[in-house]
Amino acid sequence: MQSSDILSTIGLEHYLVVSAILFAMGMAGVLMRRNLIVMMMSIELMLNAVNLSFVAFSKFNNNSEAQVMVFFVMTIAAAEAAVGLALAVAIFKRFKEVNIRFFEHLKG
Amino acid sequence: MNHQTLIAILLLSPLIGFLINGLRYKSTNYVIAGTVATLAVATSFVCAIMLFLGLVDAPVESRRLTADFFNWIAVDNFKINAGFVVDQISAIMILIITGVGSLIHLFSIGYMHHDKGVTKYFAYLNLFVFNMLILVLGDSLLTMFVGWEGVGLCSYLLIGFWFSDSAKAAAGMKAFITNRIGDGAFLLGMFILFMTFGTLNMYELNALAPTTVEASWLGAVTLGTLLLFVGATGKSAQIPLYVWLPDAMAGPTPVSALIHAATMVTAGVYMIIRLNPLFIAAPNTMMVIATIGAATAVLAATIGLTQYDIKKVLAYSTVSQLGYMFLAVGVGAFGAGMMHLMTHAFFKALMFLGSGSVIHGMHEEQDIRKMGGLKKYMPITHATFFMGWLAIIGFPLFSGFFSKDEILWKAFSSPRGHELFWVAGVIGAVLTAFYMTRLMALTFWGQSRVDKNVHPHESTALMTVPLIILAILSVVGGFVGVPHVIGQYLGHIPNFWEHWLEPVIKAIPANEMTAFHSENHEALEWSLMGTSVSLAMISALTAYMFYIVKPGASEKFKKLLGPIYNLVNNKYFVDEMYFAGIINPIIRQSKNLWQYVDVNFIDKMTYWTSDVVNGGGKVVRSFQTGNMQQYAMYIGVGLVIVLSFVLMR
Repeated sequence: MQSSDILSTIGLEHYLVVSAILFAMGMAGVLMRRNLIVMMMSIELMLNAVNLSFVAFSKFNNNSEAQVMVFFVMTIAAAEAAVGLALAVAIFKRFKEVNIRFFEHLKG
Repeated sequence: MNHQTLIAILLLSPLIGFLINGLRYKSTNYVIAGTVATLAVATSFVCAIMLFLGLVDAPVESRRLTADFFNWIAVDNFKINAGFVVDQISAIMILIITGVGSLIHLFSIGYMHHDKGVTKYFAYLNLFVFNMLILVLGDSLLTMFVGWEGVGLCSYLLIGFWFSDSAKAAAGMKAFITNRIGDGAFLLGMFILFMTFGTLNMYELNALAPTTVEASWLGAVTLGTLLLFVGATGKSAQIPLYVWLPDAMAGPTPVSALIHAATMVTAGVYMIIRLNPLFIAAPNTMMVIATIGAATAVLAATIGLTQYDIKKVLAYSTVSQLGYMFLAVGVGAFGAGMMHLMTHAFFKALMFLGSGSVIHGMHEEQDIRKMGGLKKYMPITHATFFMGWLAIIGFPLFSGFFSKDEILWKAFSSPRGHELFWVAGVIGAVLTAFYMTRLMALTFWGQSRVDKNVHPHESTALMTVPLIILAILSVVGGFVGVPHVIGQYLGHIPNFWEHWLEPVIKAIPANEMTAFHSENHEALEWSLMGTSVSLAMISALTAYMFYIVKPGASEKFKKLLGPIYNLVNNKYFVDEMYFAGIINPIIRQSKNLWQYVDVNFIDKMTYWTSDVVNGGGKVVRSFQTGNMQQYAMYIGVGLVIVLSFVLMR
């Protein structure tokens, strides 16, 4: 019964804290890593942190609308990944590396 | 054709001529340019005659043909139509403008045919006629003002027509700027009249003019009419703004004849006659007008005595004759002023064109000291000029005699007149007779002083025919307004002029009439006339003695008068006084403003503004690195700041 105890003591706050930690990690990755692929992975992490908080809210407020939102986010994430990877491939073809600094050549 | 169509054609025909010549201004084909321009004005002349005949046919009380073409300005209850009116006064004006104008256009073909800018010249001339017609036909002061400014512009363009000579370009600017001063006063006068009467339509103004005269100097009507008169002194070259007209002789001679003698410079007189009920209500204004007119008539005539440039003599003569017209309207003799306007248009246009013929025949020589004896070489020019001379010195039964004597008699006898005005007028007439005889003697009579290399020749028919027509008009023009005292001895010639103008000229209020004015003064009128005419004839004979019989006498006389001659010869140093008293101080102050205020404040302020923008740009530019992660960080930091604001509250 201990396990169910633990489960029952986990509240909304815990989910949100985990979500915040994940979001901060993702953001740190976006801001600090120079590799485009890693940055995209970090963005996925941030999106999923948000998804987690959505689901948590949905469960604790007995409202399923937020779960619908999650599906949308996942769809967008898939599309974004497709575009992002295409960009990464283009950059790689041109410079043999996927470092973000090559994007600075696009500066007007 | 109904009269609206006629008025439209009258106005548009010179404008079309202007557009045709203006759009092909580089052409040097004087035949096409001259024909188009002359036909345009001649068409207007035909319309003017038809309108005039229409007026004559109409019964006296409905002699007013109006044409409202469109609504020009409508702001609340302030409405101005593009309305044009042909009545007794403007009908005479359009006949003069288009009639004399056609002759001068014709003359110009001969005079300007060698000029490279001939097409441009004719375009300007047509534009001038168009604007002048707007000036005289407009039914409100504002419409008149449009023409008023338009003729000023054309005058500027034509005075400075040979602008590659900087003196001539400067003369154009002088005319324009001097006129601006008058125009400013004209505008102020319009404001005052609009504030007082709530309309700018001249017929409504005349109807609203107070019937009791305004004794105060600061009354609205007095102030308004005085300011309008200041506008007139600019356009019509009266003291103190007359200085531009003698310089305006820098333009081609036919321009001097059309604009600076026959038409534009009479605009001020015309405006006063047009608004005569208003001016009658302001006796103080009328006194000022008569005084300025008399003073100008004498002053300009004295300067005319000393000039050696044939056109300058005529220019000062014009200023002097315009003074007569203002003297006439100032004493309430509006009909006589209008009549002198017309006869002057004939004989002064004739004399200017004659001088143009002389200048042309002498190969651009204008100094009368280098002429003399031209009668032999230019018989037609001399004969026509002779007629003009008889007219301007007031030789009995020539046109100038009737109009000038009517003015002198009215200056003496009108309730608003004074004996002194008559004396000034007679002095002016005596001086006029002297300087015009001097001009005739030095130019056409006596020994030839022509340079051996110059071979004077008579002008072509294109130039002599207008001269002959104008000479005929100068001789017979006066018979439209023969005064009663003379008319009764010439087979009872009625005074057409007075009958014609009577409905549009308001009489001076009856309470100003004393017993003297209502009595019949035939003997007095005859004796005054005899005095002025005989004095003028004696003066002309003296001039003949001076310059023909004893050619050395004038030099001796000059030495005798010494400083006075010097003063008059230098035009009383009026230009110099204007420079010392007004123009130079303004230039000095402008320089101060430039060197202190502009350099230290206005320039500094703009530099400072540009520095702020530059520096700000530099700072903001450093954020714009192109590094995507930096941008993402800005978003993140911004988000944190906004969220903390929201959550902390």
